[in-house]
This record gives sequence, structure tokens and C-alpha cells, in this order.
Amino acid sequence: MVQEGKYIDELPREKLASRNLNLHYGDKQALHNISLAIEANTVTAFIGPSGCGKSTFLRCFNRMNDLIPNVRIDGEVLVDGKNIYHPKVDVYEHRKKIGMVFQKPNPFPKSIYDNVAFGLHINGEQSKKVLDQAVEDALKKAALWEEVKDNLSKSALALSGGQQQRVCIARAIAVQPSVLLMDEPASALDPISTAKIEELIHSLKESFTIVIVTHNMQQAARVSDKTAFFYLGNLIEYANTDKIFTNPASEATQNYITGRYG
Amino acid sequence: MSRNVLISARFKDRLFKVFAIICTFGVLLVLLLLLFDILNKGITRVNWSFLTSLPSRHAKESGIYTALAGMISLLLFTLLIALPIGMLSGIYLEEYGKKSKLTSFIEVNIANLAGVPSVIYGILGLQLFVRTAGLGNSILAGALTLALLIMPIVIVSTREAIKAVSGGLREGALALGATKWQTISKVVLPAAFGGMLTGVILSTSRAIGETAPLIVVGALAYVPFVPEGPLDQYTTLPIQIYNWTSRPQEGFIINAAAGIIILLTVTLLLNGIAIFLRNRWYKKVNI
Repeated sequence: MVQEGKYIDELPREKLASRNLNLHYGDKQALHNISLAIEANTVTAFIGPSGCGKSTFLRCFNRMNDLIPNVRIDGEVLVDGKNIYHPKVDVYEHRKKIGMVFQKPNPFPKSIYDNVAFGLHINGEQSKKVLDQAVEDALKKAALWEEVKDNLSKSALALSGGQQQRVCIARAIAVQPSVLLMDEPASALDPISTAKIEELIHSLKESFTIVIVTHNMQQAARVSDKTAFFYLGNLIEYANTDKIFTNPASEATQNYITGRYG
Repeated sequence: MSRNVLISARFKDRLFKVFAIICTFGVLLVLLLLLFDILNKGITRVNWSFLTSLPSRHAKESGIYTALAGMISLLLFTLLIALPIGMLSGIYLEEYGKKSKLTSFIEVNIANLAGVPSVIYGILGLQLFVRTAGLGNSILAGALTLALLIMPIVIVSTREAIKAVSGGLREGALALGATKWQTISKVVLPAAFGGMLTGVILSTSRAIGETAPLIVVGALAYVPFVPEGPLDQYTTLPIQIYNWTSRPQEGFIINAAAGIIILLTVTLLLNGIAIFLRNRWYKKVNI
């Protein structure tokens, strides 16, 4: 059953929420009336078959869908209780508060240092001391510091895929966002790198509210506190991860997690 | 498939390969013959005084100093005009221009401009820059004309280079809160640098070898002094060579061959520098 949207005034710990969110690509409706609330410092997994709208929904939280022509959004997306689609919201400032990690590692063709410092650079930070410290902190949090501390001036493209993805995580958290959106962050990685990323998600939970889109149900079960199941642009079920995987309320969820489709 | 069909397919396969090889090496052979002929005629004439002498009525005393200086200043002004405008146009069309009737009209026109015979640009330059703008037979008029000529190449190669930058990089920057211009200037353009440099190489080579439009806009064959400013008269090496080849005396033919050797060397040198820069950039980015 679709859980009724919980509103921000009812639950003060809600970090992210959407209320009656509809999204259209041109004539095609990709998200149907989605309401859900995510608590701070939790990991929430979005699962569902390809094309179910989970990535699209994720991208509503940092307004990356704005970049696609002919997208129409109605309803509300709330971050810290504020509607981020309000016309007065500065989208660039907003995105600085929401980190994002993509499916394919996308480090810039620059050094490791310049990659991690990029967000601070565009904010106008110039002090070498501040930058050095921020780069070190971010790389430590991303569990990459020990591997690259002697090679910070090396091109990030020379790293392995798993390391590149951790550079991207470090880059995202260097500007100290409060939310981290991860769009299938491990789907392009080998099992060992995937395990590292999953460990990382556990440790990052202390500092960030994490939302992860994944195709891998074991991964969702391992890393997340809550899981939302999407199907054909609808939020079918949203509950504690244990419940979703052991005793789902909806038959569609049951079918999906047992591998009947998707 | 029957055996006969198979055999005929393999025969065609081999035939095509042989045909491709003949075409490639045939062209190379012609080029080598030309090169050999030029070197044979002109190499003895290539020396320091040939490079530093002013033109003269006497073949032996004549040099290419003014032509070389004119060519280099012309090239410099051409690139100074064409590169910024061409690159900015390319960036606009690729990054900002919304798909509309106007932009597709502009795109078709740019593609067409690249195919217009160069002498037509000369005629345009003659009317527009030499006469209407009153620039006369100056370097500036020549540079503006050549700039028009190479602009389509610069625009198209800039667009191709920008198009080749993966969307993932753009998203990465935007997700960090970068504005559009920050994304373009700090991520897209640095990543497209190599491709854009290729465009610069192509357009430089094109500009350096052009003769026809320059004859129309009044580059002179005989310029007894080195140009000192953009409004001075000038000549260029290809025009000097063209002029010498039309003289009956044996000495001038030798001069022309020597001039061609210098022109080839300068072109190779400029391309070499650009390729060196590009390779160094690729290494820096990828390792």
C-alpha cells in the first residue's frame, strides 16, 4: 500500500520529502503523485525495474531534471521543510547543499586534488590551507586518502574505476552537503570496489542523509534503513528495509524482490 | 551460402584491399615526386641570405624576407581575429543555442561556407574590407578576409570538440552547484582543448597556403619593405612563389622552388608545435 505522505510539520526530523509530486516528460508522465518523507542521517534505497522512475525521482531532490527540456513538475519537493521548486530558490546554491554521485564514475580530467577541490573552487575559496584541509578531510571520509595521499597531483583518470568513484564521492562531500544522492553508484564497479563503496555508505550515514538508487536488491538490503519500491512511475511501497524484504505489504513488491520481473 | 558465392566474396574482399592500397600509395608517390623535384631544384638556393634578402630584379640577390614577414604577420592577425570569434560562436551554438529554425539556418550556412571557393571570399573581402571599410591593400584587410575563410573550420571543429565531452562531466559539475559558465569554462573547455587545437591546426594550415583570395584583396608581389603595422602593404610567401613561377628566367624558378621548401618547412613547424602541445595535453590529462 502506498504510505500516506507525512508532512514536515508532523515529523520534525524529516530531511527530505515530496508531496504529491507529478513529473511529465512532454506528454509522458514519469512520476505519479509521489509523497514520501526521508529522515535525517538514514540511508534510503530506491528500488524497482528499469524505467520505473526511481532515478528521475532522485534527481528531483537536486533539480537535475531542470536540465532536460520539456520537463514539467508539479507538487512539492521539500528539503529541510522548504520547497526547492519555489521560484525564489537559487538552484545553484541549492545544489551545493545536495551532493550527487553518478552511475558511471565521472571524475573531471584534472588531478585528484583539483577534482576534490572543485566545489570549493567554484565557491571562490582560494586559501591553500583551507583547500588542503578540505581535500584531505574529504578523501579520508571517502576512504581514499591512504591510497592517493602521495599522488594528489596525478590525473584522476589514471585511477581504477572504484577509486574514481570514491574521488567522485570525495568531490561531492568536500563542499559539506547535508544530503548525498547516489544513482547506482556501484553498478559499474567490480565486487571488491562495490563492497568498499557499501562500507563507505555505512560510515557516511553519520554525517549525511543518503538516498541510493540501486538495481541490486542485495545491496539495498545490506546498506539501507528504509526502502522504497517504484513501479511504472508509482511509489508502490515504502517501509523499513527489513519489512520490505521479509514481509512486503504489496504483491508487486513481493514479485519484484523474488525476481519475478525487473 | 554456396561455395561459389563464398569464393567470390573473398575475391572481392581482396580486390578492395588491393584497390585501397593502390589509391593510397599512388597519391603518396605523386607527392614524393613533387617533393623530390622541388628539393632537387631549390635546395641549393636555401640559405641565410635567401631568408633575409629583400626582393630584387636579379634572381640571385632576391630573397623572401618581406614575404616571410608578411605571411607571419598576416597569419597572426588572421588567427587573432578568427579564433576568438570562431570559438565563441562554436560554444554558443553547442552550449547555449536552443534548437530553433534560426540555429539550424545558421548551422546549414556555416557548413555551406566551408565549401565556398576561396576566391569568392577574396571578392567579398575586396568589396567589404578593401573598399567599403577603406582598409586598402593592408595586412588587416587580408587578415579579415582570411579570417572569414577559416571561421567555418574553427566553428565546426570547436563544436565537434565540445560535443565529444561526455555529458557525465557536465552533470558532475552542475550537481556541485556550478553555473553554466563555470561548467563550460572549468570542465567542458579544458576537456575539449585537444579537439579545439586540432581545429586550430587545420585552420592555420588552410590560411597559410591560401593565395587566391589574397591576390584579389591586393597582396602585392613586389613589396620592398617589411610591414610594420596592420595597415601596411604586404606580400606573402605563396604569392611570391606564384609570381616567381610565372617568370621566364631559370633563376626565379629556382627561387620559387626554394620558397616552396621554406613554406613547407614553416607549415610543418607550425603543425608540429600544435601537435606537440596537443600530445602534451593528452598526457597531462590521461596519466
